[in-house]
Amino acid sequence: MTDLPISSTAAAARPWAAGAAVIVTAGVYAWALLMAEETWQVTGLLVLAVAAVLAALKTGFARRLHQDWAASEPRLNRLAFAALIVLIFALSDAHFALLMVATTLLYFTAAMGLNIQFGFAGMANFAGAAFFGAGAYTAAVLGTVTAVPPLLTLAIGGAVALVLSLPLLLPILRTTGHYAAVVTIAFGVLFRTFLEVNEILGGPQGLMVAPMRLFGWDFNSAPVIGSYEMSFYVNYALLAAALAGLVFVLVRRLERSWIGLHMDAVRLDETAAACFGVPVARIKLTAFLLGNAILGVSGALYGMMISFIAPASFTFSDSLLLVSIVLLGGLGSLWGSAVAAAIVVLLPEKLQLLQEYRFLLFSILVMLVLLFRPDGILPRPLRTFFASRRAGK
Amino acid sequence: MTQTLLEFRNIVKRFGGVTALDDFSMRMGQGEILGLIGPNGSGKTTSFNVLTGIYPATAGQVLFEGRDITNAAARAVYEAGIVRTFQRSRLCLPLSIYDNIMIGDTARLTGSLWSNLISRKRLQGQIDTSYRLARDLVGGFSGHLADRMDQPVGALPMIERRRIEICRALISGPRLLLLDEPSAGMTHDETHQLMDDILAVRARGEGLSIIIVEHEMGVIERITDRCIVLSYGRKIAEGTYAEVAADAEVQNAYLGAD
Ligand SMILES: Nc1ncnc2c1ncn2[C@@H]1O[C@H](COP(=O)(O)OP(=O)(O)O)[C@@H](O)[C@H]1O
Ligand SMILES: [Mg+2]
Repeated sequence: MTDLPISSTAAAARPWAAGAAVIVTAGVYAWALLMAEETWQVTGLLVLAVAAVLAALKTGFARRLHQDWAASEPRLNRLAFAALIVLIFALSDAHFALLMVATTLLYFTAAMGLNIQFGFAGMANFAGAAFFGAGAYTAAVLGTVTAVPPLLTLAIGGAVALVLSLPLLLPILRTTGHYAAVVTIAFGVLFRTFLEVNEILGGPQGLMVAPMRLFGWDFNSAPVIGSYEMSFYVNYALLAAALAGLVFVLVRRLERSWIGLHMDAVRLDETAAACFGVPVARIKLTAFLLGNAILGVSGALYGMMISFIAPASFTFSDSLLLVSIVLLGGLGSLWGSAVAAAIVVLLPEKLQLLQEYRFLLFSILVMLVLLFRPDGILPRPLRTFFASRRAGK
Repeated sequence: MTQTLLEFRNIVKRFGGVTALDDFSMRMGQGEILGLIGPNGSGKTTSFNVLTGIYPATAGQVLFEGRDITNAAARAVYEAGIVRTFQRSRLCLPLSIYDNIMIGDTARLTGSLWSNLISRKRLQGQIDTSYRLARDLVGGFSGHLADRMDQPVGALPMIERRRIEICRALISGPRLLLLDEPSAGMTHDETHQLMDDILAVRARGEGLSIIIVEHEMGVIERITDRCIVLSYGRKIAEGTYAEVAADAEVQNAYLGAD
């Protein structure tokens, strides 16, 4: 009985301690999983993760963590970012593991763009891979034909995705629900067909993409410290981490702004929102364009990283994959998308056996999650406009 | 009558073969509380929907403060100072009380991407102001609700939801408030409380006018200055509650409907 007040004071003094412990554990776990090669190691680690999550839910640790995280969010977010950087350096010569980390980060970034549409504004977009691909093709074309600096190419990739979404605006704003979804599906199919028949864009064979280059530093050459040579994917993983961090901050700010509030209002009840002056069309337009621009930027960097792209990488199934990340993580939940992106990228790679059953696996996973946790793995928390100034205080 | 605030001129609204409003004309004065009554399906909600730009009128004109606002977009109607509640509560249930009320304050909020995402000084100021405003408004209705501003609305009982809907409507400082069956789903005592609240709001607010659709006749008798009775989309009586209650056609319409 006597130690109860003491421990609760300790918890109050360091409400971020539990969150920090979880971040460190997750970092170590990610490292272990990425380095694991034997099937039994991978299986063991996965079972461990499931058991830990179930235990956290059962004991109420998950709920407490949720509250603590909300209470010291800026600090924990920074710590998570730092842990990610440490993880990247810890993997420094693990070529394939780094590729997976960078891929996860770029899928996560893409999913954040998609989250603005699906999660915030409630707009279906089943052409995510097309806008992602638009960015990648932009990088391919600009990198071979022009001398545009690659960092600028990323921005242009976003701009191209944005311009490509313009012709969709009218049908999407005019229709709702299923019809809008069908419009995007049609666009995605059209986009892929266009790539396949277009000789300039390499037809079905695709195109080479020039590597990223920052201030004269070629991303495809391995960074060397002393006599130690790291994988060149360290470059891409770091840049992907920076991009994901930037987009995370931006989308968080969007969520915690009047525009984000209005996106929620439009999603939940468009008619009522209009009756209170919410500019419904402008809000939808903002969500659609902003989301697709983010998809385009992440696609451009993805293209540079994998250095070879083809229409087959940007199909309807890939769009569904992106949507499944958003649904698995929880609509509108950024951290949820991060976790889900890791699951979607890592599981099939780590469980080679399941490679052929990728989509079966995802379908089952999505269905299970939606059945037992309809709000996703990490449901979106209530809005607080400024993390430092909690509402109600 | 005082200066005219709102006028319907021969409004007709048809849904396919159903005539929901049939040549409905009326006028209401500045500062008035007008009761809009009639049996189910007589066109009360439809007249709110036509007024607030949810449905276009088939024919006729709507004038607000002398301006023609017939078939104006919902957003324009809001900007003119007309707000409403809905017969079936239409709050955003997963959002907090505060968020829900702020949705009603669109006119005051900055909409630019720059000040919402990048340079957030002004946004922060607005959030502080609007938070205080919303809290005061809610506090005026019920003290304990004001301490729960960051809780989701979905967890609240019906009476609290109604109050929040009314706060959402009031935060923009409107000219005209439309209440569609505010007592639906509440007990007698709760209804009584809510009406006290509404009267208190009006006593504070400068020149707020109200149209209230209500089935509970006690409420109508107590708070309205004047009533209009609809039956099958037609206006069949108009006057004080006592006058319309004594009207033979009104009694007939209610008996016929039951
Ligand atoms: N969206 C709609 N589509 C078709 N008919 C409608 C619609 N809205 C209302 N109506 C019809 O209009 C008539 C008036 O309805 P309403 O205004 O809701 O009545 P009240 O609010 O007085 O009960 C009813 O016959 C109803 O069925
Ligand atoms: Mg009605």
